[in-house]
Amino acid sequence: MLRLINVNCYYGLVRVLKNVSLHVAEGEIVTLIGANGAGKTTILRAISGLHPVRSGNIYFENRDVTGWPAERLVETGIGHVPEGRQIFRPMSVHDNLELGGHLVYKHYGRKRLKSEISEVFDMFPVLHQRRNQYAGTLSGGEQQMLAIAMALMAGPRMLLLDEPSMGLAPMIARDIFSRIAGFQQERKLTVLLIEQNARAALAISHRGYVMETGRILVEEEAGALLSNPEVKRAYLGRERREIWE
Amino acid sequence: MTYWNERTECMDREAVCQLQLEGLQATLNRVYKNVRHYRKLFREIDFMPEDFTSLDMLKNLPFLTRRDLSRNYPYDMFAVPLREVVRLHTTSFNFEEPVVIGFTGNDMANWAELTARNLAGVGVTRDDVVQIALTFGTMSGPFGIQLGAELIGSSVIPMSAGKYKEQVKVMRDFKTSVLVSTPTVALGLIQAMEDLGVDPNSLTLKCGLFGAEPWGEKMRSEIEAGFFITATDTYGLTEVFGPGVAWECPAKKGLHIAEDHFIAEIIDPETLEVLPPGREGELVITTIGKEAFPLIRFRTGDLTRIDFEPCECGRTHCRISRIFKRCDDVLVVRGTSVVPDQIGRILSQAGGFEPSFQLVVDRAEDKDRLMVVIEATDKFFFDEMKKQRRLVENLHRQVSEFLGWEVDVRLVEPGTFETGEKVVDNREFD
Repeated sequence: MLRLINVNCYYGLVRVLKNVSLHVAEGEIVTLIGANGAGKTTILRAISGLHPVRSGNIYFENRDVTGWPAERLVETGIGHVPEGRQIFRPMSVHDNLELGGHLVYKHYGRKRLKSEISEVFDMFPVLHQRRNQYAGTLSGGEQQMLAIAMALMAGPRMLLLDEPSMGLAPMIARDIFSRIAGFQQERKLTVLLIEQNARAALAISHRGYVMETGRILVEEEAGALLSNPEVKRAYLGRERREIWE
Repeated sequence: MTYWNERTECMDREAVCQLQLEGLQATLNRVYKNVRHYRKLFREIDFMPEDFTSLDMLKNLPFLTRRDLSRNYPYDMFAVPLREVVRLHTTSFNFEEPVVIGFTGNDMANWAELTARNLAGVGVTRDDVVQIALTFGTMSGPFGIQLGAELIGSSVIPMSAGKYKEQVKVMRDFKTSVLVSTPTVALGLIQAMEDLGVDPNSLTLKCGLFGAEPWGEKMRSEIEAGFFITATDTYGLTEVFGPGVAWECPAKKGLHIAEDHFIAEIIDPETLEVLPPGREGELVITTIGKEAFPLIRFRTGDLTRIDFEPCECGRTHCRISRIFKRCDDVLVVRGTSVVPDQIGRILSQAGGFEPSFQLVVDRAEDKDRLMVVIEATDKFFFDEMKKQRRLVENLHRQVSEFLGWEVDVRLVEPGTFETGEKVVDNREFD
């Protein structure tokens, strides 16, 4: 469904993605793991058109979408939930969702938008309870749910999730993961996930990639990745020069 | 037709290429970081793995030979710390320094998957009883089959080779349905069955996997007729897992290489150019899924042809033709690789000087026989015949001991060797 071939990205003169190739098949959950600064977020930003791709190609559903503007990619069916719960804090939960569904309104009108919102409320009953509250007053887990719900409002076929468990209590994080697995099944979504909590993320994933300083080191089934020595090393962000100690 | 893993065995070409590119990029990044040998090699040709963008670039990378591997004896080719390694094997090659191959836990799981594909592909299920008549030792062959069979859930009998009469008894009484062995052992078992008066109809065998040495269609029909089974070929090298690298599906039209784990190339052994599909040349294997012992462009020394046409069995992975010959002086006899240089070294150790010699293999009574033919120079002439005989006996014992099975040693007149060839293979593979 999504294919990246030899993608290179730069921040100024610094090359942060070095010929990265990866793929996500339809209906799969794929996790990217790696230390801070490995380039995981940049990959997601490149896919959703928020970061220019210097060279290489990105294919979505067999169409070359390299260099497409972000808004067009959202219309094509790629939803992006950025890092750090980017919601509109001074607005109510309901208004946030309406904003997330602006495309639905544009194409199908108010009625459809309303039914979409009530569908999302079914999925996240907590948000329904808090629909008139300011988004900024929600708890961390609820804000994360709102961020995901906003992305779902646009009716994506592929969802990019950037560290959904960041700054959340372990129990809430577990809840978020089970929800991700749940609606992924329900909506037949394809998910590309970045996660610091590799163990929890791999538990719901099919496959995973390990990154280090802009390169992919390992591609494997999720179960096998957990026991991979390279994962432990990359994940701890510590390069062990000495192999034989 | 049964598949073990239909999604990967039948994936389309585009998906195979994507998988291979990703796997190769990751492997190159990893070996550059973790293995000194590759780092040095890549720096010499000024290549950075992160600049690798297409599978076509593979042909610019340097080759890897068995000499390179043995030069890095024992652990210098490993890409993971030794503590991650759960299994060590050595090759059947008898260099002074052998090659040590490590497997991580994931490597073992992948290996099980590969051999399970092979076994399931020829019809093995969890209801089968698999008799493995291969020697359980430092070589990896029987262990891979065991892993795969156990993954499928069939019952494994680790019989080792030899002791034919006991094997036949086990085969009959344990209701063995799948036999895995070398072709020579299979023929030995057929002979033992005749000697014991066991009717092949009284056995429950349904299929057999044979490999580890070259065997032709004639031998295949002998084995099939002797056991009333279908016999298929399987190919593997200890350097690259072992069995499961390539195997024959029941269509018997070439051996499928697992392309989601290996990239196969065919090169001209003289010019080292990559040859187009259909031309015969040396098989070169690059692994894209191995953790502990990744290989980039490893020269196998085996001569074959490659075919990318989809097979009638529905699998899309490319096929190589059956392998009968090698492009170097190495002889594969009775599952062992015999290197002439090594034999020469033993002869010189045992006799005090290195004679000029030739290795001759032929097949008699369904058995491969190796003969070491030595030119009798004046160094072999003593005042007593007894001394000469003792010397020849000594050579015979040393070489047989080294290889683990009986060889003939014969003296001939000087000047008998017409060519400078060190090996003569008189076996016929049709």
